Amino acid sequence: MSARVIALAVGFVALVTLPYWMPGIYYINVSSQILFSAIFALGLNILAGYGGLVSLGHAGLFGIAAYATGYMLQHGFGHPIAILTALVGGMASMAVYAVLSLRATGIGFIMITLALGEIIWGLAYRWISITGGDNGINLHGRPQPFGIEINTANSFYYTTLVVFLVAFAAVAVFVRSPLGAALMGTRDQARRMNALGYHVWAIRFWACMFSGLLTAIAGILFVYYTQFISPQALDLTASAEVVLMVIAGGAGTLLGPIVGAALVIVVKSVVSGFIERWNMLLGAIFVAIVILMPEGLVPGTARLWRLAWRKAGAQASREAERKAGTGS
Amino acid sequence: MTFWLLLTVNSITFGGLLFLLAAGFSLIFGLMRIPNLTHGSLFMLGAYFGATFVGGYLSLTFNFWLAVLMATVLVAAFGAVIERFLLRQLPGQPMAQVLVTLGISFIVADFCLMVWGGDPVRVDTPESLTGFLRYGPMVFPHYRLAVIAIAAAAALGLWLLLDRTRLGAMIRAGVDDPDMARVVGIRVSQLFTIVFALGAGLAAFAGIIGAPILSVYPGLDQDMLPLALVVVILGGSGSLLGSFVGSIVIGFIYNFGQALLPELSYFVLFLPMLVVLLVRPQGLFGRFVP
Amino acid sequence: MSRKMTRRKFMAATAAGAAAATFKFPTPGIAQGAPFKVGLLTVKTGGLAQGGIQMEQGVLTWLKEHGNKMAGRKVEFFSADTGGKPAGTKTKAQELVERDKVDVILGPLAAFELLAIDDYIEQHKTPTLSLAGADDLTQRRPNPYFLRPSACSSQAMHVMGHYAAKEMGKKRAITVDWDFAFGYEQEGGFQAAFEKDGGCVTKKLYTPLGTPDYTPYIAQISGCDVVCQGFPGGVPLRFLKQYANFGLKFPLVTGETGGDDALLHSFGDEAVGQTSACPYTLDLKTDGNQRFIKAILKDFKVVPGFYAAGLYVNCDVVEAGLKAAGGTTDNKEKFMAALKAVDLKDTPRGPIKFDHLGNVVGDFYVRVCEKRSDAPYGLKLWNKTVKTYKDVSQFWTWPEKEFLAHPVYSRDYPPLKKC
Repeated sequence: MSARVIALAVGFVALVTLPYWMPGIYYINVSSQILFSAIFALGLNILAGYGGLVSLGHAGLFGIAAYATGYMLQHGFGHPIAILTALVGGMASMAVYAVLSLRATGIGFIMITLALGEIIWGLAYRWISITGGDNGINLHGRPQPFGIEINTANSFYYTTLVVFLVAFAAVAVFVRSPLGAALMGTRDQARRMNALGYHVWAIRFWACMFSGLLTAIAGILFVYYTQFISPQALDLTASAEVVLMVIAGGAGTLLGPIVGAALVIVVKSVVSGFIERWNMLLGAIFVAIVILMPEGLVPGTARLWRLAWRKAGAQASREAERKAGTGS
Repeated sequence: MTFWLLLTVNSITFGGLLFLLAAGFSLIFGLMRIPNLTHGSLFMLGAYFGATFVGGYLSLTFNFWLAVLMATVLVAAFGAVIERFLLRQLPGQPMAQVLVTLGISFIVADFCLMVWGGDPVRVDTPESLTGFLRYGPMVFPHYRLAVIAIAAAAALGLWLLLDRTRLGAMIRAGVDDPDMARVVGIRVSQLFTIVFALGAGLAAFAGIIGAPILSVYPGLDQDMLPLALVVVILGGSGSLLGSFVGSIVIGFIYNFGQALLPELSYFVLFLPMLVVLLVRPQGLFGRFVP
Repeated sequence: MSRKMTRRKFMAATAAGAAAATFKFPTPGIAQGAPFKVGLLTVKTGGLAQGGIQMEQGVLTWLKEHGNKMAGRKVEFFSADTGGKPAGTKTKAQELVERDKVDVILGPLAAFELLAIDDYIEQHKTPTLSLAGADDLTQRRPNPYFLRPSACSSQAMHVMGHYAAKEMGKKRAITVDWDFAFGYEQEGGFQAAFEKDGGCVTKKLYTPLGTPDYTPYIAQISGCDVVCQGFPGGVPLRFLKQYANFGLKFPLVTGETGGDDALLHSFGDEAVGQTSACPYTLDLKTDGNQRFIKAILKDFKVVPGFYAAGLYVNCDVVEAGLKAAGGTTDNKEKFMAALKAVDLKDTPRGPIKFDHLGNVVGDFYVRVCEKRSDAPYGLKLWNKTVKTYKDVSQFWTWPEKEFLAHPVYSRDYPPLKKC
């Protein structure tokens, strides 16, 4: 059993038993937030990490799914219809978003997505008849999947955990699939992929759709958690925040976005209670990550760990040689 | 009639201010291919520094223009430090560049809040430029007209730098083909530090020049950065002419768009930006596709 | 149980040995052992930080002045920075209620933040006192656990509209504000009262949030005799400067954020002549106000305004309610009822009481900004009270039923009519 599998198993057990060892309802709630933010980050990572396409407007798509849920519920539709509408609406918006943004790559893609995100934000403010403007939409009550109430912290946590694990598994499968490999190919060598006969645009488009699905799921969970949606949730700083989560944790890795999401949420929600200048702290952490582990927290830690092992191993073998040398 | 004339002149003024803000960004992006997301905070930092010098620091008040110079130099030095110690380690790693520039902008913004507090800071218009120009029923403040002159002078100065000096030639070579430039013997990394410092200094300069009009307040960085991005996208990256034309165009769109199309006021800048990106991604005069 | 030793808690704890409480309430046998927990939701980072920092200063000044005690019980104070985002507000509200188990919440700052926790505070029956303006939270969608001792968004602007029409004799107004709910409710209130007294609003200009340069809107101001602005935070500073820069001579009127006394030290000559209607004014010569100003100057060296005074008054109300409820909050309904029944005569903003929906009925002051080289507290400008309106309710002079029958003030309501 490799160290990696053990670590993953421990993590899984910890997550499943979390409500029992977390000191209080508040921290269970923070964990729920980390989980759906991680789904959001995983969604962005498909594009940014595995596809090399950094999107600075993803919060807009997140918001569309959240607003769709809110709007449907506000108008008396049931939860299943609301969720379905949000998923379909989110993915349809993503399709449009992808068609527009995929006309460019690199910085051009970043700029187009930024513009789209800002436009969606503007719509959230001005289309008052649908979004309520900055008064937002207030939700009352949460869905009851299979008749189970998820109004308490614990039950909401477990629901989110189940969704998270399914999403994580889906991403893991995607990454190891031919489509995932093709996507990484287009990230690294788009021209060569093209020459080899791959339809680069289509690969990217389907990656966008998968990303959009995950983002929509995260948006729906968000609106059920906070029971409120307003334009602040999809402004530029929100988009920047999820990008930071992915990059800080490690773009292009499975666990990176999760760690990144945990980092940002913990600093924002927990550390901010102890340290007044938490914004500066967060910025300093990002700078430190860039200096020490520019590839991200997860790959960086793995690298440093291996380095430490290798050093220890080299030292041990030197010791052994010395002993053997003096012995003979 | 007053309305049209006023807005036309203000479009050019606001465009001038945007040029000062965007030129630095365009240079950095053009030469180093780094989207400097710290640019808005450098603008704000320059404005705060300038405001402190003008308003009195250690019981010394400085002449407005001297304060402008001091603020510009301070922030340029800060920019050089950022480039030398942080950005230099990350060539060709856009993710890390985004992370570090955003991280620095968080730090700078919170630093400003910590030092100067949450209240807005007023910067008085310099004595020599208070007063208005009256043309019939239209009134236009002298200072805003001065901004046009300052922006034009800066544009001229930058053009002379880029077109007529050796440094400028090296910069242009670096923008067009960094690898070849290295092969030819240009010390590209030293150039990077100089250009980043220049860009940062320009942002700070814009900040303090704009302060008598915009005042200085927390959140100024987030209000101004998107404008810089829009200008650079429209005008084209790495091109001085592009920044100049782009900023005037955006100045017009900003003023007339908001006044005539209030329903679309939120989209008046980003829709054109989107259209340009879709139709002509390198912008009007860009030297490369971003 | 939180084990943190934050700066605020340390201050609060050391303040216990400080100056004696000025209000000496007789304290019958109550549960003296358990501390009374007060939570504050405020914004200390980002664009809203200006008001947020002042809110905290108001609370800390009150606590220090009263020896960190409310109605004889020791106070445990928890301050939370929401970051100005509704999701953050919800998270921090949960932190205060679920982790810190606060008995009362002060704040939050912004209307959209308050709306995000509207259901939550009702569910958890946590009394919340905020200066967030959202009109409907004490009108058409009242929250039984919400109390507003400051003013709702339109309250001060009703006064301003009436004053502009009746006392200043203005007939045609143009309003300019940010394009969000607080802006709509303020300007709607101004328009309703202004037009009731014979005036007419010719144009309502709404600017996007975070606009740096207001010239495109200033250029549209003509053909009127008064301009009403209602910008929040530090925006009035740059708006007034830009307005003056273009030589516009129409007199300016505003509400409590546009004329906030805390901005006096930042304003320049361009603010001279601006008339404002506010629930709080620095020049109110009552004991309560003078004591408050002296205390906050001593503690923080800042001249207070609407935000600091608002939170200080919130603390006054909480203490009075606590005392009336017998010092215990075990019965939440009883505590809330006691809070609603509070009737104070000498707060920094003068006498206040509440209507049955939880909004304040109090005095509003109309002041004019004048230039004074000898102004108190080292200021160069001063807002001088020219008229006091007593017992102003959120419905102004309309009967409650008639007022509530109309929709809430919005971008399109009241509609513009031909002038």
